[in-house]
Amino acid sequence: MPIAYFATVIGLLALGTGSLFLGAQDLSLPQVWQDPGALQLIAISRLPRTLAALLTGASMAVAGVIMQLLVRNRFVEPGTTGTNEAAMIGLLAVTLLAPGLPLFVQMLVAAAAALLGTLGFLQLTRRLPPQQPLLVPLVGLIYAGVLYSVATFIAYQTDLIQYIGIWMSGEFSGILAGRYELLWLAGILSILVYFTADQFTLAGLGRGLAVSLGLRYGQVLSLGVATVSMVSALVIVTVGTLPFVGLVVPNVVSRMMGDNLRQSLPVVAGLGGGLVLACDMLGRVIRHPYEIPAGTIFGVLGAIVFLTLLLGRRSHV
Amino acid sequence: MSDAVSPSRPLARLNPLKDQRLWALGVALLGASALFVFWGGAWRSAYILELRVVKLAGLLCVGSAIGVATVLFQTLTNNRILTPTIMGFDALFLLMKTILVFVAGVLALPVLGATPTFLADTTVMILATLAIFAAVLRRARHDIQLLVLVGVIFGLLFRTLAGFLQRLLDPSQFAIVQADMFATFSGMDQRSLAVAAMVMACFFLWLASRYAVLDVMALGRDQARALGVPYDRLQLQILAAIAALVSVSTALVGPLAFLGLLVTALTHALMRSHRHGLLLPAASLISCLILVVGQTVFERVFSLNSSLAVVIEFCGGLLFLFLLARGHIK
Amino acid sequence: MIEISNLSYSIAGQQILDGINTHLQRNQITALIGPNGAGKSTLLGAIGRQVDINTGQIKIDGEDLQNITPQDQARLMAIVAQHLHVGSRIRVVDLLGFGRWPHAKGRLGPQDHFIIQSALAQFDLTDLENRFLDELSGGQRQRAFLAMAHAQDADWLLLDEPLNNLDLKHGRSLMAHLRQMVSEKSKSVVVVLHDLNFTLAWADQIVAMRDGQVVFAGPTTTVATSEALSDLYQTPIELLNLNGHFFAQYHR
Repeated sequence: MPIAYFATVIGLLALGTGSLFLGAQDLSLPQVWQDPGALQLIAISRLPRTLAALLTGASMAVAGVIMQLLVRNRFVEPGTTGTNEAAMIGLLAVTLLAPGLPLFVQMLVAAAAALLGTLGFLQLTRRLPPQQPLLVPLVGLIYAGVLYSVATFIAYQTDLIQYIGIWMSGEFSGILAGRYELLWLAGILSILVYFTADQFTLAGLGRGLAVSLGLRYGQVLSLGVATVSMVSALVIVTVGTLPFVGLVVPNVVSRMMGDNLRQSLPVVAGLGGGLVLACDMLGRVIRHPYEIPAGTIFGVLGAIVFLTLLLGRRSHV
Repeated sequence: MSDAVSPSRPLARLNPLKDQRLWALGVALLGASALFVFWGGAWRSAYILELRVVKLAGLLCVGSAIGVATVLFQTLTNNRILTPTIMGFDALFLLMKTILVFVAGVLALPVLGATPTFLADTTVMILATLAIFAAVLRRARHDIQLLVLVGVIFGLLFRTLAGFLQRLLDPSQFAIVQADMFATFSGMDQRSLAVAAMVMACFFLWLASRYAVLDVMALGRDQARALGVPYDRLQLQILAAIAALVSVSTALVGPLAFLGLLVTALTHALMRSHRHGLLLPAASLISCLILVVGQTVFERVFSLNSSLAVVIEFCGGLLFLFLLARGHIK
Repeated sequence: MIEISNLSYSIAGQQILDGINTHLQRNQITALIGPNGAGKSTLLGAIGRQVDINTGQIKIDGEDLQNITPQDQARLMAIVAQHLHVGSRIRVVDLLGFGRWPHAKGRLGPQDHFIIQSALAQFDLTDLENRFLDELSGGQRQRAFLAMAHAQDADWLLLDEPLNNLDLKHGRSLMAHLRQMVSEKSKSVVVVLHDLNFTLAWADQIVAMRDGQVVFAGPTTTVATSEALSDLYQTPIELLNLNGHFFAQYHR
């Protein structure tokens, strides 16, 4: 285990440092000491951007792992359970009915909508036969599709289509100091999850077993769904959602170190943050001086990793 | 042996022309079409009449393409809740389209007319489908859910890749692709429509001679092979047909995810049969009926133009969830 | 003592448990026996609060089960279900650690580690402690869950067909272990058994069920007769006495 932690920390430090010096305007270390402009660039743009990518990736990966334990299915994440789409409907509603509310309040409305959407999904999955694990993500994707069509319909009728585009494609190029701080809340939520890690692991063993060990299953379920909804809403209002982060990262970590969250959660969060940051950095380089959104790059790489996981998975898993 | 198990009543020879439900559907479709074309005294203006007839032809093409493609797909997957769109067929079309436009731009090819473009799109689509799904089928044939999930992920991948490429396009190229991104029933190209109708006629003729084999294939791969049906070869052919039909409809109006689901659910409820000789015509008639009636109501009654697609998507999705909640999905 | 009065349970219009009145004694091995679909697992689940009962009452040492907090109940009884489907990748040693959850709430002390290690040894799992559950065979997984219940160190052990998947050696050693826990640590065991010979060899008490009702109950030596068992299973069963041990002969 310590090796995994060590590797995570080193990797994050390296990526974080790299990210500070990478962008439309090249920076070098000596410059930072001599040129106050360079230091300002780092403080206003590069550092917030780096932190935003790390916080987004970490909290989305954590949300994904919680969702997987609560549904007891490896192939779900907030993006495949209608959580994100429900949050978007909430955001649309607040934009239309009460524009001008502070971002924080908008986020809360989105989180409440996301909560409803997720509960709806959980209700649906109860009716699915447990022997067919792949039906769960399939149903989730279609459920998400229905909610998405509701969102598009509203947006289409009210000329807000471009909002949906922004919420759907996670991007960090617009991040400046003062425009990402809500994400710290997502980070704090992830840390809170760490303190209840054992309870989520227990819940992942199934309701019967968890209850017989004295776990208040309903409480843990509510806590988990609330956390996932909050994180999704926070990420959507600040940077837009990134596909596959919550799906790929927990699966990769689970392969390596299992599902005991107490041990694996730091690595899940670290890998999530690191990968999203890496994708963001890649996006800054590929078509320099233009930028490709991190969400696009993660979508492509994540899909490939996920397909390998699916097709390469052993028959009994 | 055959005497020993011969059924008490010999299996009736299937004749779709004798099925009253099909006739009723046909008459209803005819009535709806007439209403669509002539509503509000359109016969007084040849221009409006022509516009509407073209649109009607488009609706019929798309309707039957989607109806047939979905029934075929559900037969192949042995599953009544899947549609080709869920498997990412339309996303693949969008990606292929983007790649074509991108490559044409890089090689500075002249901008092709609508008809050659349409043919090129369809051909590339069929080839790409065969390449990808044949490869996936080989890995995941035995696990249909795995197959579908892989398809869904491929769909997301294609969509993201297409989005990525679209960022590299210049605005004029992007406009070409964008036209195909959202489903709309207006502005269909007449000549493409004619080509589409011909392509589809060929496929329907090809299918018409095979509907009995499809009944056997619906039993599943092992069973069908045990009965001497060359399942794998037919499966590829049918996948190609589905790819063609989906690309026809996507090229004409754009992606429609849940129409097929709505259609097949209604078809099975109405026909209560597993015989493709009945299912295929019924599905295409019902599909056309939904589109024509829907479009009439939307254009003439509500004066809304392109939101029909969204509403159909929504209803189809709700139907899916309803079927799921009722426990019809296994 | 666990007292069950007027317990009924139905799901989707089907009566699974139908007015059960019986009691399970402390410090005994009680076997729940009966044909398939008799409601044995549901009864066990109702006692372990895995299924929510419709009507009736379950009292444990005079206290209504409804008034006991989940935490207290987890210290009072450990339950091992029949179907042990676990989707998550958990190591055996971590699973046993969760058996200590009702006591340690995730902060395992030296005492807890000692109990975990002895449970691993007891169930022949020491070599497998770092394996993931999904890498174990059915019998090994069964043993892991039994060891977890052991580590839970509850007064009552409720086991649903624990002999499933276990080979001869481990089946016998499990029953001997249960006997030892009853006699040396004054635990109480309720176990659903399908093998009549294991029942005759190890159970102190029998509760026989059919169609959601208790057909007969009492000490094995008095209630387990050839007639009663034949009637219960609706199939001829002969009891043979071999050096003072009874064996059921129903195979042919």
